[in-house]
Amino acid sequence: MKIVVAIKQVPARDSQLRIAASGKWIDEADLSYEINEPDAYALEAGLQFKEKHGGEVVALCGGPARAAQTIREALAKGADRAIHLEEDMAAFDPLAAAQLLAAALKSEGADLILTGLQSDDLGYGQTGVILAELLGMPHATLIMQVEKNEGGIRVKRELEDGWFQHVDMPLPAVLTIQSGISKLRYATLMGIKKAKTKEVRHVTAESLGVAAGEARVVLERVYLPERSKHTQLFEGSPKEAAAQLVEKLKFEARVL
Amino acid sequence: MSILAVLEQRAGQWNRMSFETLAAAQQMARELGTTAGAAVLGHGIENLAGELASKQLDKVYAIEQDLLENYTPDAYCLALAQAIDLVHPEFVLFPHSYQVRDFLPKLATSFHGVAVSDAIAHRIDNGRLILVRQLFQGKVNADVRFAGDGPHFASLQAGAYRADQVVGGTAPVEVIRPSIAAAQIRTAPRELFRESQRAVDLTAAEIIVSVGRGIKEADNIALVRKLADALGGELAASRPICDAGWLPMERQVGSSGQTVAPKLYVAVGISGAIQHLVGMKGSRIVVAINKDAEAPIFEVADYGIVGDLFQVVPELIAAIEKAK
Repeated sequence: MKIVVAIKQVPARDSQLRIAASGKWIDEADLSYEINEPDAYALEAGLQFKEKHGGEVVALCGGPARAAQTIREALAKGADRAIHLEEDMAAFDPLAAAQLLAAALKSEGADLILTGLQSDDLGYGQTGVILAELLGMPHATLIMQVEKNEGGIRVKRELEDGWFQHVDMPLPAVLTIQSGISKLRYATLMGIKKAKTKEVRHVTAESLGVAAGEARVVLERVYLPERSKHTQLFEGSPKEAAAQLVEKLKFEARVL
Repeated sequence: MSILAVLEQRAGQWNRMSFETLAAAQQMARELGTTAGAAVLGHGIENLAGELASKQLDKVYAIEQDLLENYTPDAYCLALAQAIDLVHPEFVLFPHSYQVRDFLPKLATSFHGVAVSDAIAHRIDNGRLILVRQLFQGKVNADVRFAGDGPHFASLQAGAYRADQVVGGTAPVEVIRPSIAAAQIRTAPRELFRESQRAVDLTAAEIIVSVGRGIKEADNIALVRKLADALGGELAASRPICDAGWLPMERQVGSSGQTVAPKLYVAVGISGAIQHLVGMKGSRIVVAINKDAEAPIFEVADYGIVGDLFQVVPELIAAIEKAK
């Protein structure tokens, strides 16, 4: 069983973001990066599946040189090897990004491809599904559980309002994994040591022979959102702020 | 040029976001000087199509096929691709539901296009449609436009458009019967189920105190529970808290939990990811307590305190007790 997990590196969750002078993207100077949280759960699901059923876990990560850190962490947690697609993925629309990932995967012959349900940066939530279509594989999204069965796998999908559904599907297949479905493992010291000896295959759009087609969606401008409501903020010591808030809730909003 | 709204139903019941999408399609059609149509797909959907016939639409398309009875991405994409080839809309709009997330990227890819997912607003710039999306968990907005020829696909965030603005009228219904073979459907969906009976009905609560990641540890939840008790409200949480097992899933507010609209909603240590906001932004008064002044929760808050919740909440409990 060969499992490929597509992971992405994104700005750390608590980053203070500034808009770049171009107005087309954020200012990337001084940002720290981490693995996209939903992808961390996809990696965890892949590692657990391998522990149960055997096989190999390959981490596939698109991103510039800094993504090497995220790849090392995935290897330290237990991925057997990695593919580093060395491109600035933010420059591609979701279809172009998935075309690159599909090309990088072509020679792998994966049985199961996992990724997070969405990225915390662009947040399109589409990469896994597009990848499935490009590779001609069935897919399922928002997956909480993966089990092997006779014809392939049975997955548990999350639906809205607390509903769930099992879906049976053949392999190979692509799944997008829901965040928070299990406890994430930490890398062990042994894992960190071993990671240094594991294989990382480097590819680029050029080496894969993928020409970037015309963009189908264009990001014209990024900006900080305007507040839709005027928020009254209470300042001062916690005690003063709390007293002012209760005063307002009682006499202005009349909800107490 | 025309706009087609594809609405969502399950077992003959509308997804509540469907009419928001319909309102958006009508509004965009007016602004672009074009027509809007609506499509519903499934098996046995005459009544639903009939309901749409009383709206101001160019046409209603009932995409009817036995194999559309239970949702599968394969059957839905085959059916919609055939309908779109017949109707030739320039824009195809969907509600950004979990189901649409599951099949829309596949459908758009089959047309060599990219769907603009989870749009929150639009404007028309020189006759061109610009959609607004949120990036970085709602911290940044982006204006996005389509390039090249249509059909162009987009999905709209829950609550971005108002269902009560759908304009009435009359529209003819056309039935489309797509050809789909059972062998083309690769996945087999089973029955829907819920994990447990919901003992807590947050939708009936007048006051809700909700806790998020900022609480750091399970043991600290007691502090927020005390605040809920002081206010006489229900305790709720954002998703990470329920995922961690610190509170049961039935207390989760957001797209995968309950949608609430109490008269007072107090968000403690919740940054306000969009999945949470869609579940609570109908609340009458929203109070946010968070250490990050840039957290998106402040965009929907009426009152806010930027500060350390471990210092603010005890003071707040004391002030509430004093005001009683």
